[in-house]
Amino acid sequence: MSPTKENQWLYTISSKKKLIDLNFNEIWRYRDLLFLFVKRDIVTVYKQTILGPLWYIIQPLFTSVIFTLIFNNLANIPTGNGVPAFLFNLAGITSWNYFKECLTGTSNTFKRNENIFGKVYFPRVIMPMSLVFSNLLKLVIQLLVFIAFYIYYVFFTLEASQVSPQKTIVFLPFLIVLMGILGLGLGMIISSMTTKYRDLTFLVTFGVQLLMYGSAVMYPISYFKEKLPEYAWLVEYNPIAVIVEAFRNMMLNTGNVQISDMIYVTVISVIVFILGLIVFNRTEKSFIDTV
Amino acid sequence: MDDIILKATNISKQYRLGLIGTGTLGNDLKRWWSKVRGKEDPFLKIGDTNDRSTKGESEYVWALKDINFEVKRGEVLGIIGKNGAGKSTLLKILSRVTSPTTGEIKTKGRIASLLEVGTGFHPELTGKENIYLNGAILGMTKSEISSKIDEIVEFSGCERYIDTPVKRYSSGMRVRLAFAVAAHLEPDILIVDEVLAVGDAEFQKKAIGKMQDISKGDGRTVLFVSHNMAAVKSLCTRVMLLDNGTVDAVGYTEDMISYYLKKFRNEEVSKELSTRTDREGNGKLKFESYWFENANEEKVQLIQSGSSYKMVVELKNNSDVNLHSIRVSVGIDDDHARRITIFSNDLTNQEISFAPQETKLIKIYVPVIPFQAGMYHFTLFASEDQNISDWVINAGSFEVENGDFFNTGRIIQNNQGHILIKHEFH
Repeated sequence: MSPTKENQWLYTISSKKKLIDLNFNEIWRYRDLLFLFVKRDIVTVYKQTILGPLWYIIQPLFTSVIFTLIFNNLANIPTGNGVPAFLFNLAGITSWNYFKECLTGTSNTFKRNENIFGKVYFPRVIMPMSLVFSNLLKLVIQLLVFIAFYIYYVFFTLEASQVSPQKTIVFLPFLIVLMGILGLGLGMIISSMTTKYRDLTFLVTFGVQLLMYGSAVMYPISYFKEKLPEYAWLVEYNPIAVIVEAFRNMMLNTGNVQISDMIYVTVISVIVFILGLIVFNRTEKSFIDTV
Repeated sequence: MDDIILKATNISKQYRLGLIGTGTLGNDLKRWWSKVRGKEDPFLKIGDTNDRSTKGESEYVWALKDINFEVKRGEVLGIIGKNGAGKSTLLKILSRVTSPTTGEIKTKGRIASLLEVGTGFHPELTGKENIYLNGAILGMTKSEISSKIDEIVEFSGCERYIDTPVKRYSSGMRVRLAFAVAAHLEPDILIVDEVLAVGDAEFQKKAIGKMQDISKGDGRTVLFVSHNMAAVKSLCTRVMLLDNGTVDAVGYTEDMISYYLKKFRNEEVSKELSTRTDREGNGKLKFESYWFENANEEKVQLIQSGSSYKMVVELKNNSDVNLHSIRVSVGIDDDHARRITIFSNDLTNQEISFAPQETKLIKIYVPVIPFQAGMYHFTLFASEDQNISDWVINAGSFEVENGDFFNTGRIIQNNQGHILIKHEFH
């Protein structure tokens, strides 16, 4: 037998922590698991319900109706550019929902999977990743619903005659990726912190609620600036608000997509995502001792 | 022969005792601050060894300390030790559930663990879907599972229910299905932690057979953790004994098992009772100490079911008169303080008497210990002429390990009561 050389070892288990330890080979080897988790998330959510996957559609539709009644009809928030309020809200909610689901879903990764994580090893990052992917499918379904209403408004009503998508719509997938990694990154940070400090669980539940109001879901940023100029920075520098607004601009042509905004959001999302990975990596190795 | 597949060097693991709560932020900051100044971690140096029975000074303990070992390809290494010796912690580190505080483990193969079966079963999914999910969690690819699905289903014996959601399964079926998946894993190194005690007898036989196939037939490297000496004996080629978080000894199975049993024989085993103040009675008689002896009259700490033992109680007459018609009894309770049985000279109709100031060793001989593995507690009672002389509730405890009660080498399940009864099928 040849003498044992260092490079013969397949891997090493040690206490040393690399800053970012994202082993793509390993994640690729576990791709089936990723797929099965995504499938599980989708298949099991609405088991034993009568309406089943229809719930994916019902929730945004009803929310949009309520938002339209309250914010547009009652509070008279303009949508700008003559876009039907319902369509405006549906666009906002569709994009916001994706971010929200990614964030809340990943934010209790460690706590919810304590049982599995405590017994077997697989790349932990598979868990939050699977959520981002299963939410993507929900987003696609909701987008299809949005498009259906879009067609209805454009072709069968007079009120939305000038509504049309912008050319920038080709960047929509990029925008969705940004939402995904921003939600994932933020979720991973929160998830890692909650293993030790449970306070964050409470923060997330109502924090997300509050964040929605600061994320231009039911109003255009320009209107906020006009009405509350001293607080405008809150919304202007909120990356999610910028993404939601850009999403609407692309789909409904409610304004122009600013390149500077997009660069800002991309930088923030990437930073949050990398930060999330670092914190997640540090936590995954020993969280089972503190959770 | 020097083909080492796994090598552990200086593995240590520190745990924090007590509640993890508001104090941690403070400690985290202290840690961070000493790191910034380039100093040693203030909490790493003060760890005690993990001896549960004595109260340590620090709230940090070493569950494992400087563990070194090597495993050769194709070897079945048994890891034995008392409860709390660090076996489970070591397995958790090996299966990468948690990382060691210091040291490193190098491996040439993929490690998969059979720690607790059924991890990740989703109640809403069908048996088949769960086989795929569980298999993938354990590290198999979809195609690997597909090629074995028929085998797995057959092994589990759940064919009829395979397209039914797992939530409708009986608990036994769930365990069988889970074990079936795990047993068909094909990693380079397999970690097994006492999973053999699942299911009914028929399934157990199947499981042990499968384990033997894996370790002997396929030449797989296996790390096997167990309290069950009979199983260790039949499966392992080499055994590592852990004690208080350190490797006590490594060697061939037979040697190690006898060393293990002997080691706990030689520990301080007679327990003092004279200092106990929570006792009742007039004090004419006083229990001074107790211990257990095996058939060779050696003091022992561990009791194996099926073997013969003597319980020895030291009883002293504190009065200056002769004492007659004395009744001594030992009540045995289980872990839930339920009385299991009682030993008494009243029942055996044996006379005990004391001369003034005499100290006697009262020996209670039990030819075959009928208790299953677990902790047992006992109460000592002595009366003289209908008057209570000494009564020590919960005077002490003893631990019983599964032994070969039926002389068949069969393993007794943990959740099958407390008492073993010799029986035959006709």
